[in-house]
Amino acid sequence: MATPQPSRTQQKQLEPWRNAGEKPYVRVEKVTKRFGDFTAVDDVSLSIYRGEFFSLLGGSGSGKTTLLRMLAGFEQPTEGKIFIDGVDMSDVPPYERPVNMMFQSYALFPHMSVESNIAFGLQQDRVPKAEIRDRVAEMLELVQLSPFAKRRPHQLSGGQRQRVALARALVKKPKLLLLDEPLGALDKKLREKTQFELVNIQEKVGITFVIVTHDQEEAMTMSSRIAVMNKGYIAQVGTPTEIYEYPNTRMVAEFIGSVNIFEGRVVESEPDHSLIRSDEAACDLYVSHPAHIGVGTACWVAVRPEKIAISKEPPLGGEPGRNQTAGVVKEIAYLGDVSIYDVDLDTGKRVRVTAPNLTRRTEMPITWEDRVYLSWRPFAGSVLTE
Amino acid sequence: MAGPFTSGAGAPVAGGPVAGGGHSSAGVVLTGPVQGGGRSGLGRFLTRLAGGRRLVVAVPYGWLLLFFLVPFLIVLKIALSSSQVGIPPFTPMFETSLDEGKTIVNLVWYNFTYLLSDNLYIIAYLNSLWIAAIATVLCLLLGYPMAYAIAKADPRWRAPLLMLVILPFWTSFLIRVYAWIGILRNEGVLNNLLMWTGLIDQPLHLLYTPGATYVGIVYNYLPFMILPLYATLEKMDNTLLEAAADLGCPPWKAFLRITLPLSVPGMLAGSLLVFIPATGEFVIPELLGGPDTLMIGRVLWAEFFNNRDWPVASAVAVALLLFLVVPIMLFQNVQGKQQGKA
Repeated sequence: MATPQPSRTQQKQLEPWRNAGEKPYVRVEKVTKRFGDFTAVDDVSLSIYRGEFFSLLGGSGSGKTTLLRMLAGFEQPTEGKIFIDGVDMSDVPPYERPVNMMFQSYALFPHMSVESNIAFGLQQDRVPKAEIRDRVAEMLELVQLSPFAKRRPHQLSGGQRQRVALARALVKKPKLLLLDEPLGALDKKLREKTQFELVNIQEKVGITFVIVTHDQEEAMTMSSRIAVMNKGYIAQVGTPTEIYEYPNTRMVAEFIGSVNIFEGRVVESEPDHSLIRSDEAACDLYVSHPAHIGVGTACWVAVRPEKIAISKEPPLGGEPGRNQTAGVVKEIAYLGDVSIYDVDLDTGKRVRVTAPNLTRRTEMPITWEDRVYLSWRPFAGSVLTE
Repeated sequence: MAGPFTSGAGAPVAGGPVAGGGHSSAGVVLTGPVQGGGRSGLGRFLTRLAGGRRLVVAVPYGWLLLFFLVPFLIVLKIALSSSQVGIPPFTPMFETSLDEGKTIVNLVWYNFTYLLSDNLYIIAYLNSLWIAAIATVLCLLLGYPMAYAIAKADPRWRAPLLMLVILPFWTSFLIRVYAWIGILRNEGVLNNLLMWTGLIDQPLHLLYTPGATYVGIVYNYLPFMILPLYATLEKMDNTLLEAAADLGCPPWKAFLRITLPLSVPGMLAGSLLVFIPATGEFVIPELLGGPDTLMIGRVLWAEFFNNRDWPVASAVAVALLLFLVVPIMLFQNVQGKQQGKA
């Protein structure tokens, strides 16, 4: 794969949530799930649209898998309702839902060949034998497993098993495919390759995907939208860009990628900008969007490491003392394409900076214990109120 | 599952190569600076370790040799001798003639050919197989739902439920069989209960019938069916059933297509554990069965103690072993190879 982003053709049509008239395909309404005293899913409401690649992203115990299992019908909501294609799913058992799931453990039937595993779902629908054969062959072709049709699951590698599980879930042409950590068991290279394959398959077959993952990179690459979950509730729903660039809480900002967070107090909050005074950053933080809270209130400003410029000389231009600060380099990690610098400000606050290695060099221009200047543009930061 | 029958097969490899490895390591150590001065401490240690391993492996082999193979060979020897009046009631294998001072080896086949000449033995064999087979099927039909229920029960309840299955073992086997006499006889618990409720006017003839034999075998061997079945069902991956449901398979069909085929190893193990001892069963048909309940165990007993014909009785025992255990061992071997291949 040469393209760094999976190509999302007709981007506009793929953003149905912006269209007010569009009916959601899956509607989760105020759903709560309790196991004894433990609340796994806490008052969640969601709308997922036809053709979306929707990610439920969160750490372990965030309730994402429970939510997925409720969509599949393996768990019943304690409160609230789930609608799929407008139908209330409360009394619909899993085997009658227009939904298929790809399990985290793949759950392949060990006593059946690859072929029989894929054919299983079609047999339940009493599809004629000839058609089953054709559709199974077609699926095997799609996941490139035709030579392995007669094998048993335990004779396959992890990656092959994962593709059998995908084929088995896809062969029934469900309107909605649920994927529970589908790539968890694969190594990094294979995982990246499969991510692109999944997106390509999803575009080819045009069905709605809901995927559960704890891997933010995975969610970023594949999703049309992401719901970040924490302790059973949904912290934020948005496109990968929105979640990354405009996180609404510190929790979301810290969960997605790495981030520097400066504590401060609002000095100015205007429609086109806001100014936050931060002792921690040892400078004023000028942000090109309103703070939405009163002057004098405590808040936080998040600045991504790659949006901070690092230099040994004071930056030219800009207002001194505004989005500019200085410190000493304490840690350097050379990653080839980029280098990561951990800089201790004079206030003691540690700031992470990522800088691309634009030139080839053997000796580094910035090294340990160098005094450096950090600066960033007004659009780099975002104000967080919680 | 198949432990009791295949445990002997895998082990013999362990002794040889391991010991060899130990010796070769010692050889490497020897090439050190110590010249001609015997083995170094490490080398000796490794050699002793290899010897120790051999000893550990030898213990179960010694056990089997002493308490299984040797008695079997003694029985085989008796089966190949002729019956005589005296103590012991069979001819010795080696006989030194007083006249010529020569040693004669006495080995005869006719005890085995005798088994074929009299219908009694063949009928008793076939009857035993038939009764054991029916009892095994009954155990399977009764045991499967019980094992399934325990495996699906709340984890807190599994241990107590299993305990209940094993509980009868705390009483002697013989007492449990005698208890059934108390239940089944004409003035027994069951008949009294049925008479009291008015369902019957006269006591039913329950004891000393083939039915009583089945009740006794099923009751006594049921735990041997339930335990391996439970072990198989309990470790089955529940997500497989979820996957089946997800693919549109209702629960009863998922049971037939997923649970049942995946529990075949447990069913086989349980069936063998019931079938093999049930075939040779003596106490239950003797105490509960009627005079017409002909089983090979009773024939064997009669040959030993009533007829005092030890050679024929031994031949019956050897034949039972060969016709029953050898096919099962071959079957297990083939099955093991298939599992290894799969």
